[in-house]
Amino acid sequence: MIDDDLRDLYQEVILDHGKNPRNFRHPEDASHKALGNNPLCGDRLTVYLRLDENQNIRDAAFEGKGCAISIASASMMTDMVKGKPLAEAQALFERFHRMCTGDDDGGVADGFEDELEKLKVMSGVRQFPMRVKCATLAWHTMNAAAEGEDAATTE
Amino acid sequence: MTNVVNLTEPIGAGAFDVEAIRRDFPALSLEVNGKPLVFLDSAASAQKPRAVIDAMTRAYESQYANVHRGTYHLSQVATENYENARAKVAQFMNAKSPDEIIFTHSATAGFNLVAHSFGSMLEAGDEIIVSVMEHHANIVPWQLLRDRTGIEIKVAPIDDAGNFLIGEFEKLLGPRTKLVAVTHVSNVLGTVTPVKEIVRLAHDNGTPVLFDGAQGIVHEGVDVQDLDCDFYVWTGHKLYGPTGIGVLWGKSEWLEKMPPFEGGGDMISLVTFEKTTYREPPARFEAGTPPIVEAVGLGAAIDYVTAVGPDRIAAHEKELLDYAMLRLADVEGLRILGRAQQKAGIVSFEFGDVHSHDVATIIDSAGVAVRAGHHCAQPLMERFGVTSTSRASFGMYTTRAEVDALAEALEKVREIFG
Repeated sequence: MIDDDLRDLYQEVILDHGKNPRNFRHPEDASHKALGNNPLCGDRLTVYLRLDENQNIRDAAFEGKGCAISIASASMMTDMVKGKPLAEAQALFERFHRMCTGDDDGGVADGFEDELEKLKVMSGVRQFPMRVKCATLAWHTMNAAAEGEDAATTE
Repeated sequence: MTNVVNLTEPIGAGAFDVEAIRRDFPALSLEVNGKPLVFLDSAASAQKPRAVIDAMTRAYESQYANVHRGTYHLSQVATENYENARAKVAQFMNAKSPDEIIFTHSATAGFNLVAHSFGSMLEAGDEIIVSVMEHHANIVPWQLLRDRTGIEIKVAPIDDAGNFLIGEFEKLLGPRTKLVAVTHVSNVLGTVTPVKEIVRLAHDNGTPVLFDGAQGIVHEGVDVQDLDCDFYVWTGHKLYGPTGIGVLWGKSEWLEKMPPFEGGGDMISLVTFEKTTYREPPARFEAGTPPIVEAVGLGAAIDYVTAVGPDRIAAHEKELLDYAMLRLADVEGLRILGRAQQKAGIVSFEFGDVHSHDVATIIDSAGVAVRAGHHCAQPLMERFGVTSTSRASFGMYTTRAEVDALAEALEKVREIFG
């Protein structure tokens, strides 16, 4: 018997991304990369970006070890930000972060409706405060990579 | 009195009543997520018996004032209680004298004290030996010392089962080895290290030995005179006592030579702006207002453990460990890390390829509390090629039914992850 909060957390989409992560590779032509570290659990992800001269994300990929939530989040994120202008990806992170922490009213129309609909599967972490950092690690790391920092931490 | 435990001693019928013990621990009747709490994280921090909670309440309500200062009645009572706790600790470890007991704020603080004070007597090129299965608290203070003075850190290895390799350790001892700092019981693998052998070999080399006793004092007990080590560091909260208090035991011949670590009140003999003189140990190492009520709580915890019987607690935990190793071996996909010949009630495991945090979150919904992560032992995780494990650890109040509950809760993980 699995309770509803757990089912919310471990939805099929998350389990699928966790087991078969997309963009799990090291692109040789990456222009930016950063190592994300969650010191509480020791999880580590490296996020790679290839930005063009107009700050568009041409490629996004990652490698590393982590729980189902953090791997699924990295997988979905890399899929989602590929092809987007960096500024848009960072704005999406803002919205996603608020969604995970429960501060999001969901009412602001900012053109991310499709993305947020997909990312909704991650919002189950709201019931598990210790796991919010698992969901946001990849995004923090993407941000760090784009900003030219070598490392991100969830602390 | 000796507290060396005999693991082979059987629990006599009716002699060890785990249900009666459980009734002494208020937290054990909690419900979590609508399920009875199955607390399998005592190696991180143990639950507290009512005797400890009551003793601390009493100390705050009717016996509280600052110690070593007041000339009034209440301060004398508080000072007596504080010093009584020191005497209890000394007796519990079979120290030669209470003066060898330094109260710190944690085991971590004990390591840092030795690293600073004893460490200040070391020079560039001197060597310290630790083992690969140390807690970060017995690694990082030595690395900071290395950064300050240029000492070198050597790492004693283990085998794949988690056994401490005494022969390999012996090879690391040399003319520059100034300290051996290894664990008594691994907080991840449960490995009990060959402490007597380690002391013998180190002393033959003229090297003092510090043991991390954070788990050892709980699961194995220690008689420091029999063991003949030089320092033994542990913490109160894992021994059913309060947080905020730790113990550094050191042989008086070392403590007397060591300079102060922290400066402040209570540790001085005479202060002028030109020159300050320091008190004898242990006062020299207890700057500032100490953890007064925590010491009282620790004393009550020691009384409780002594009343139950450290030998019988160890036998109970050993029996549970044997049961858990068999029971968990039945769980498909579960891999236990650490099968040392001498092992305490700590079981680290991986479950299929499911991350330990996912395991811990899911079994928490069944009320089962285990630790997930790197257990402050990242070099050991690396040694086994993992980033994290789940860890179940036992205390005097743990039951077979709780081991069963863990095994059953893991089925829920399988249900979700397939």
